[in-house]
Amino acid sequence: MPLTTQSTLRVVLYEGAGAQPLEPAERCSALTALLEKGFAVTRTVAGGRVAPHPRGPLLVLGEFADGRIPEAEVVSAESPVRFEDITGFDAVRIAGTAEDVRASLGAAQHGDWKPWFPVIDYDRCTNCMQCLSFCLFGVYGVDQQNRIQAQNHDNCKTNCPACSRVCPEAAIMFPKYKAGPINGDVVQDSDLGREKMKIDISALLGGDVYSALRQRSDAAKARFSRERDDKKALQERQKCLAKLANAGDIPAEVLMSLPSPEEIMRRAEEAKAKAAAALAAQPR
Amino acid sequence: MTNTTRILYCHCQYAQVVPTEVKAAVLRKLCESGVAFDAVADLCELSARQDPSLQRLAQGGSVKIAACFPRAVKWLFHAAQADLPLDGAEVLNMRVQSAEEVVAALFNEELKPNLPKGKVTGTDAPKTAAAA
Repeated sequence: MPLTTQSTLRVVLYEGAGAQPLEPAERCSALTALLEKGFAVTRTVAGGRVAPHPRGPLLVLGEFADGRIPEAEVVSAESPVRFEDITGFDAVRIAGTAEDVRASLGAAQHGDWKPWFPVIDYDRCTNCMQCLSFCLFGVYGVDQQNRIQAQNHDNCKTNCPACSRVCPEAAIMFPKYKAGPINGDVVQDSDLGREKMKIDISALLGGDVYSALRQRSDAAKARFSRERDDKKALQERQKCLAKLANAGDIPAEVLMSLPSPEEIMRRAEEAKAKAAAALAAQPR
Repeated sequence: MTNTTRILYCHCQYAQVVPTEVKAAVLRKLCESGVAFDAVADLCELSARQDPSLQRLAQGGSVKIAACFPRAVKWLFHAAQADLPLDGAEVLNMRVQSAEEVVAALFNEELKPNLPKGKVTGTDAPKTAAAA
């Protein structure tokens, strides 16, 4: 099921009318434990009201006086609201309660997927489609106006910022990346020079990164058939891939998990065709 | 800060790019305060899910966000189809600012919008307190 349609459990730490406020230290421990389990939490205070979560269930946690629960607005089958009295609970038990409710309602589990995906800065993007033609994993697509979009976020290879390196405008960010401008830091003029250089790296490798990969893989295959030495062939492949990994800061695991040369070629052609079609459809 | 300015805190749960001590100190100060706020485990995850709560937040008036780089936050919201108001959002960057700076800005009466407007480069970008 696509990420955008999965139901998620939202948590409210309710300290409004009819509930006992938590001590600051308890509140902080509870919130930290819930956040570490991946939940989004709203802390409400006196005078606040509880509104339903538009896409998925809502869990309202509170130390409710005499077990009385606050009134919920517009409860529907799609957005059920559950109340849990947490009087006397420690942080671990509070997070455990939320996790039990999430599981019982079939809401998405957090932490299964590390949210690593390209974020496009449309102030900078010129819609040149280099990223679309570069990515082998189908992360990019175009919208109805043929504008580039990151569409399949969970296809993206964790920790791989390669597409941001081929962007001539430094318009592609990975907010969890270690350094700027890829992490979202301000783009400096010198960064633009560097990004251009990175495209040249692929040219240096023999036209493009994928043809380099194909050649290296073919060479490794030939060597493998000659030597019939699994270990040696693997070592050689690892050595070659490490070189490429350093050039583009591409995690070795990503390169090692690339499909067969034929499949790489097929995907590269497909991506290029998609990019060409989107470019052709753009108004001149 | 006006009564209507909301606060969003991002815990950046799935990466080690925000110093743990900064996150912990900011969250602790928020918990010690009497204010209502939203805390999310990971803003990137909510963006990828196009979580409707981001839309509600973006459309609800002024907001202060303790997370990472303003440029990243601006486009994360955009990716979630929840454009932040350019003149109504202030992003505090826990990757580079100290906890004291972030907390002071969160509880400051004044909102200082700092989302990049247009194609900003290093020479014309607003300076953060840490970089100034």
